[in-house]
Amino acid sequence: MTFNLCLFPRRALLLSGVAAFATGLAATGPALAQDIAMGGTLTVAADTEPRSLNPAIVASNGVFYVASKIVEPLAEMDYETGLRPLLAESWEGSEDGLTFTVTLREGVTWSDGAPFTSADVAFSAMQVWKPLQNIGRQIFANLEAVETPDDLTAVFTFSEPTPAQLIENAMPAVTAVLPRHLLEGQDLGEAEYNAAPVGTGPFVLAEHKPGEFYRLTKNETYWDDGKPYLDQILYRVMPDAGAKAAGLETGDIQLTAFSAVPLTDMARLDALDDVSVIPGGYEGITYNITVDFNHRTEELSDPVVRKAIAHAIDRDFLVDVVFLGYATAATGPVPPTAGDFYKADTPAYEFDVDKANAMLDEAGYARGDGDTRFSLRLRPAPWFQQTRDTGDYVRQALAKIGIDVEIVTADPGGHIAAVYTDHDFDLAIGSPVWRNDPAISTTILYQGGLPAGQPFANQWGYDSAAMNDIIARGQTTMDSGERIEVYNAFQDLAMEDLPILFLTHFTFITVARDEVQNVANNPRWATSSWADTWIAPAE
Amino acid sequence: MSVRPEAAPPSRPAWWRWLGRRVLQAVPVLIIVALGVFALLELAEGDAVDAYLAGIGAGDATFAAELRERYGLDDTLGARFVTYATRLAVLDLGHSVAFSRDVLSVITERLPNTLLMMVSAILLSSSLGVILGGVAAMRRGGLVDGAISVTALVLNAMPGFWLGLLGIILFAVKLRWLPIGGMSTLDGDFSATGRILDVARHLVLPVTTLALTYLALYVRLMRGAMIDAASSGWVTAARARGVPARRVTLRHIAYPALLPVVTMIGLQSGTLLGGSVVIETVFSIPGLGSLAFEAVTQRDLPLLAGILLAGTALVVVMNIVVDLVYGLLDPRVSLDAKARA
Repeated sequence: MTFNLCLFPRRALLLSGVAAFATGLAATGPALAQDIAMGGTLTVAADTEPRSLNPAIVASNGVFYVASKIVEPLAEMDYETGLRPLLAESWEGSEDGLTFTVTLREGVTWSDGAPFTSADVAFSAMQVWKPLQNIGRQIFANLEAVETPDDLTAVFTFSEPTPAQLIENAMPAVTAVLPRHLLEGQDLGEAEYNAAPVGTGPFVLAEHKPGEFYRLTKNETYWDDGKPYLDQILYRVMPDAGAKAAGLETGDIQLTAFSAVPLTDMARLDALDDVSVIPGGYEGITYNITVDFNHRTEELSDPVVRKAIAHAIDRDFLVDVVFLGYATAATGPVPPTAGDFYKADTPAYEFDVDKANAMLDEAGYARGDGDTRFSLRLRPAPWFQQTRDTGDYVRQALAKIGIDVEIVTADPGGHIAAVYTDHDFDLAIGSPVWRNDPAISTTILYQGGLPAGQPFANQWGYDSAAMNDIIARGQTTMDSGERIEVYNAFQDLAMEDLPILFLTHFTFITVARDEVQNVANNPRWATSSWADTWIAPAE
Repeated sequence: MSVRPEAAPPSRPAWWRWLGRRVLQAVPVLIIVALGVFALLELAEGDAVDAYLAGIGAGDATFAAELRERYGLDDTLGARFVTYATRLAVLDLGHSVAFSRDVLSVITERLPNTLLMMVSAILLSSSLGVILGGVAAMRRGGLVDGAISVTALVLNAMPGFWLGLLGIILFAVKLRWLPIGGMSTLDGDFSATGRILDVARHLVLPVTTLALTYLALYVRLMRGAMIDAASSGWVTAARARGVPARRVTLRHIAYPALLPVVTMIGLQSGTLLGGSVVIETVFSIPGLGSLAFEAVTQRDLPLLAGILLAGTALVVVMNIVVDLVYGLLDPRVSLDAKARA
């Protein structure tokens, strides 16, 4: 039993203003039972319509935003306890890391009435998470079998030791359980289920009108008695950011998540009487802004150049100007929202343009024509306004140390191919995600020897024996405390070698009308089930 | 594509032959479009799997390879082209990668929205343009003429999305007269008539925005054509015969001036389809324009080809209709071309 595993100890939360705000909300948020108004429709904006609504195959925010209300994982993140049991009631990893035993909740049924059992968990793990899921493929790479001694027990057995801490931290995102009775024997990649999922969650998908809306209605047989509070959730497909801001103002929509409204509109919306800007509820999916160096470019293979670039970039300026304060300056690859994993005193590169210039002078990169030492091509990831803006700022900042930067733009598909397959870049601005454990999507940014074509991973041409060794140790260290120490060493080495440079950490922002209650009350709120969300009646 | 007098419909027996010829003329256009789509998407960096991975934010190289196999992207360029071409040759639009559905069903779901918006916008834009252009021509050089011309040009210079957002802020947010977007009220419960009125209410802003940005064309065209016609011999002759002034204006000046306007409608239909990309995004209308945008960013070759072919077919049909109308309006081209020759 490891309920008290501390993903988000209060101490760690207070390190970040964003997270501290969320704790405040969580403490004052939950209303007394008699206050809660039942029923009503919550209308929210959706940017896009994912091609698949199957969260067990596609573990991504876009899918979770809708599907996490329908299909549930074994456990969800929680501000107070770290992890809150959902379909699992308890779990325990063996000391040798070879088994992980999950005890399931009793009396849960699928929304079609069939009972939920350990066979569903075994099916999901062996047929979906391990072979098909974008993140699960890595976490469950060594999963050999899932035994089901009874209907409520699932025993995961691994061929190589797998840290229980890693599985726990990954549970909210990678363990959405699918109904075996509806899917067994089908081609899961093309199953009709992917467009019309059936789950155990508080809501069921009632209607999808492509290009217009998704309608989710209350699951009358939901296992958590009395929930959900809402009758309906309506996702209106609205691609345009300006229209979403207008919709919040008129009340046509009550909530936008994932910073769907531009940061520059936040102050105006926050000033409205009945709309609030809520910067919490995303700590479990903290994003980072990085400068990725292509080590195949001669100058960038020199650590002195990389460190000089680090000195030339003012991270506080980025926080203030690009993020309008909604971010924190990075000290390394792990964000402060990571709790115990976070190490603050890593090797630091303070903002000092003169020092950067001196370092480059000393290393022999003399200024030539027009004061330029050398030229680089920079590809900013196109998907966030902030990644593009950071690219523009980095270009200006590097001009001051005699590095001429040419910005090369592409759309998302083009960017992925150019950076991660063709390595056609000198610098890139990336936005890797922190997913609750360094081993899920952070160490992969430093792991050597990956094949070309693996996105959001080390395609920089960096391959260090010391780094690879630390990453391997993290995978074979079973004790949670020792594991944290290994990852502290990882952060130190990452900042010492500086194969890539972490600039800022940021979480998304929700903008909601004030009648929506219990917003942002867990660290993955937008991608959680919303079973306890309710709407205060107009006064 | 210009309207040639000999392309207009001759007398009834030859009508089908004429139509057949026009449709056949469209075939090379469609082939060129199909080749162009393939070439352009080939030239773009990244494929459908790259675009998909960008969206889901994680995956490994084997995962990407499996997806490429599933989508048929692991074949050689030649093999992929052959698959693409043979499918199109038998009019099979194939399977959309981005939507995991039949291209045909994705397109037919959205085509009516775009058609409704486009046809309404063209009709509004051209009829308003004819009236305003006519008034301007009759008051040539006056205050009214200046006001109409300047307003039309200013509207023409405004980017559509900006005009649309202004409309949303004024009429939807401040005045609350109109909805902010979408095709219909999502949780509305309407009678049949109520439903039509609801859709009409939703279309007011996007249609007006589209129409206003193209208004200047029709105003200038109508005004110029009327001024030309006014100085023609037949007008002088009509006046000399003592035809009432009102009849001269309508019958002898305005009526012939309609011909270039009708031509322009045919030419504009393609441009409007392009303009609808932006308007559909701003107003959250699920149409062909926003679908095309999605298809490009997702590198969805079958879908993009399907949309562009549907769009091309639409423009070809519009032009055939325009030719027919042209023949009806102008007695000189409604005669059998061969008989005249």
